[in-house]
Amino acid sequence: MRTTLAARGAVLLALALAVPACGGGTDTGGGSNDSPKTLTYWASNQGANAEVDKKVLKPELAKFEKQTGIKVKLEVVPWSELLNRILTATTSGQGPDVLNIGNTWSASLQATGALLPWDGKNFESIGGRDRFVDSALESTGAPGQAPAAVPLYSMAYALYYNKQLFKEAGISEPPATWDELVAAGKKVRAEKGVWGLGAEGANPSENIHQVFVLGKQHGADFFTPEGKADFTSKGAVAAVKQYVDLMAKDKVIAPGNAEYAQNQSVSDFAKGRTAMLLWQTASASLKTMGMKDSEWGLAPAPVRSGSPGSGAQVNSMAAGINMAVFKSTRNLDGAKAFVKFMTGDAEQKILNKAYGSIPPVKSAQRDSFFHTPVTSALRETLATSAAALPQVPDESQFETAVGSAVKELLADAAAGRSVTTSSVRAALDKAQQQMPKK
Amino acid sequence: MPEAAAPRRSPTAAPRSFVWSRALFLTLLSGFVLLPVYVMLSSSLKPLQDVSGAFRWLPGEVTLSPYADIWSTIPLARYFLNSLLVAGAATVCSVVVAVFAAYAVSRYEFRGKRVFTVTVLSTQMFPGILFLLPLFLLYVNIGNATGIALFGSRGGLILTYLTFSLPFSVWMLIGYLESVPRDLDEAALVDGCGPLGALFRVVVPAAMPGIVAVTVYSFMTAWGEVLFASVLTNDTTRTLAVGLQGYATQTDVYWNQVMAASLVVSVPVVAGFLLLQRYLVAGLTAGAVK
Amino acid sequence: MTTAPAPTAGTPRKEPGPPAGPGPAPARRRPGRLRRIGLPYLLLLPALLLELLVHLVPMVSGVVMSFKQLTQFTLRDWGTAPWTAFDNYRVAVDFDAAVGRELLHSFFVTCGFTVLSVLLCWLLGTAAAIYMQDAFRGRGLLRAVFLVPYALPVYAAVITWVFMFQHDNGLVNHVLHDQLGVTDGRPFWLIGDNSFYALVTVSVWKNWPFAFLIVTAGLQNVPKELYEAAALDGSGMWQQIRHITLPSLRPVNQVLVLVLFLWTFNDFNTPYLLFGKSAPDSADILSIHIYESSFVTWNFGSGAAMSVLLLLFLLLVTGTYLLLTSRGRKARHA
Repeated sequence: MRTTLAARGAVLLALALAVPACGGGTDTGGGSNDSPKTLTYWASNQGANAEVDKKVLKPELAKFEKQTGIKVKLEVVPWSELLNRILTATTSGQGPDVLNIGNTWSASLQATGALLPWDGKNFESIGGRDRFVDSALESTGAPGQAPAAVPLYSMAYALYYNKQLFKEAGISEPPATWDELVAAGKKVRAEKGVWGLGAEGANPSENIHQVFVLGKQHGADFFTPEGKADFTSKGAVAAVKQYVDLMAKDKVIAPGNAEYAQNQSVSDFAKGRTAMLLWQTASASLKTMGMKDSEWGLAPAPVRSGSPGSGAQVNSMAAGINMAVFKSTRNLDGAKAFVKFMTGDAEQKILNKAYGSIPPVKSAQRDSFFHTPVTSALRETLATSAAALPQVPDESQFETAVGSAVKELLADAAAGRSVTTSSVRAALDKAQQQMPKK
Repeated sequence: MPEAAAPRRSPTAAPRSFVWSRALFLTLLSGFVLLPVYVMLSSSLKPLQDVSGAFRWLPGEVTLSPYADIWSTIPLARYFLNSLLVAGAATVCSVVVAVFAAYAVSRYEFRGKRVFTVTVLSTQMFPGILFLLPLFLLYVNIGNATGIALFGSRGGLILTYLTFSLPFSVWMLIGYLESVPRDLDEAALVDGCGPLGALFRVVVPAAMPGIVAVTVYSFMTAWGEVLFASVLTNDTTRTLAVGLQGYATQTDVYWNQVMAASLVVSVPVVAGFLLLQRYLVAGLTAGAVK
Repeated sequence: MTTAPAPTAGTPRKEPGPPAGPGPAPARRRPGRLRRIGLPYLLLLPALLLELLVHLVPMVSGVVMSFKQLTQFTLRDWGTAPWTAFDNYRVAVDFDAAVGRELLHSFFVTCGFTVLSVLLCWLLGTAAAIYMQDAFRGRGLLRAVFLVPYALPVYAAVITWVFMFQHDNGLVNHVLHDQLGVTDGRPFWLIGDNSFYALVTVSVWKNWPFAFLIVTAGLQNVPKELYEAAALDGSGMWQQIRHITLPSLRPVNQVLVLVLFLWTFNDFNTPYLLFGKSAPDSADILSIHIYESSFVTWNFGSGAAMSVLLLLFLLLVTGTYLLLTSRGRKARHA
């Protein structure tokens, strides 16, 4: 019995050690061209559902195959799985050749070293960096390093408002500043009995997008230039407090929104239960929810005063999707050719039209489709007043820690507990302590 | 009907207090169980814009279109088939392997018995999150070394799920087999069956309720697992438990279709159990002895 | 079920016939010595190999991970990731710092949640199984109905509960506040302190059918003769339940309660789908906590260390539990 145990233990240990030893599986050399006729592509889910994505992408992939003879194997990976799939692919070296990533993941994924860096030479092969909009390029990796990905689709926040409710409450112009937004919210509440603004209070990422922009407006960045967490600066505390106060003090956001995490705020807006919504590319969802295009208006997201611009006048994060190539690809040239194809003018127009996003490629933006009132507003926001979320490897920790802190603060506000500057600072301090120590 | 074959308890007539409390308890419990099912049903019959509206007991506007749309929004039929294949295969394998192991433990004395049983049970404690990544790597390495594709394939998922349900199944069956009188297999052995003959002809039928319970359990374990399926499958091999999330995307969430699809796919499972549940009471006490 | 801790499991049996000692019965008919000794091992082999492959080996790798600094920087080739000795553990159990304090809080929440959920699951399951032991009209159907929570896909089931627990539009507040008027104002269920009870409710709803299923199967094992004898003695139904049914269920319960405990403790899907990536403080379950540090914030080393601590705790609880329950049973056997 003792011997069998010992033998069993030895086998076990040997196997176990074999596992991490084989991990990774790829060298850092950067791909090969062993299999030049095929590519695997993980697309993110951009359309109403994965089947829509396939309908959009398949004809384009067929065009690519016709041009180059390379067959692209497409898999649309749902958002709920994408990051985990990328992580496992990174660890094992078993991944696709080309993939879409959320642009906020760029710096974290860049840190793994699994993605092909888009240095000058690689960028040249797809037409050069200058083709892309700056705010989109900023969201492709840590500053000062070769980008880990290339912008593919761009999105921006804007203020959606219910025309009918505004008219009936006697509001003629959509609010341009936070003060005007609060006033408009109070007015619709008094006149029409509906709430002013919708929020996804229990969704940490949504919270981050909002307080990040408010932080910019208060001159706070959440990270020092060296990449260290800095959540408790005066500006950061003020930004978070201002957001939470929309519910706690200004009573513009309904307390019930503190628990929203399933896009209930979009459905509330579509049904006329709230008058305003800060959202990115909501038009398709609003239509599905039964709200006609003519029933809502769109204005730039509010700033503290003046008009949107850079610095403290930022009014949106630069949201979007990037395209990356796995270093371990066995068809490096094909992968780059595919990225070039997808970021080319023709495809940029077709794809961004289909998905309701804005092309991050300047020349593609010239298409008249991106010059309607709605698309112009989003396009201009991206061009002039959108900022990239912090491009640091710890970005996801930041989203979780601060996003959850805001969630808890909103929960306090909803329960009628008071939210003060010191309680906000305490919550942010706790979040900061959870960040990895360097 | 095996159901009515043997009155389970003494001929003592059930006292009133028992009958009444039974009626009350089972009614309340059914209410608790069925309330969410009712909410699902009524949500699945609403147009999308009504789903997240204020709750009302009766839906205002009823539509059957979610039940038609579910098939085209995601490849529901394929996911369903994958789930049935994976859960079915994992269940059959798991139960067979568990019966063998439990038979060995309950009928033989051998060295290492305790080590085996304790080891097997201890695997139930492993938090899935801890070995998700290592398991994935292991499968990839096996794939690289032998060419057997375990990740991304149904085979890998079957293998994984079968071991998920195995520990409890083994333990449950050890207990169950131990209470099957040994006279039964002794008699079979005397009649000239081998040990395996005795197992399948006598012990298994006598332990039917336990085996049915373990079968249902194994099936449900594989049927509902999300975490591993999300990493070990791809578009073609994705199972329902994960695939259903395809109704919720960044831009649109088709709640009515999620509910409709869940109800549709659960019907065969519940129907299957309805057929199987009578064997929960068959078994040795229903007259297999003597 | 006594097998693990009782050294001579299976032997203290009262059935007549050859003692089930070292030589199994088939020995008489099967002269091949190798075959006789080999058979039990052969029967165990598949189970053992499978558990080894899918659980034990990855588990050992997981323990190895817990000693490494495994973040986004080192993930790609974790064979070469730096060793950190006990650093990951030190951070996890440093209860003066935020991470450790959160972990400890989460641990207590998880314990409270698990005990409450297991207790309720077991009570409901056992009561339902006993009430449904005698045939009555519609019993088969009711059994299938009771299995519905088990059969519904977790995702949809939990989302339905989210709908029901909503502050403004949910059924729970509609009934409690609008129709029965038992609460002043509408309480929040998905955020704040009540979220603990929401989690317990959903967990019990989802898991009690398992207890029901296993106890139902266990009841079939109670020899009919016992009831007959008791009836002759004139004991009524309630007494029979108390003196025969419940004691006979003990072996089944021993495993059932343990397994329910382990699952509930490690349950990830329910809290994750109910609360999303960040659970409210009052329902901050360990599994979510560990998932967060591993897959959300990409610190797999620290996540693994927390998992190993959790595992050690579960081992301790399980060991104590088995020792206590088995000693109790042995005493009764003697």
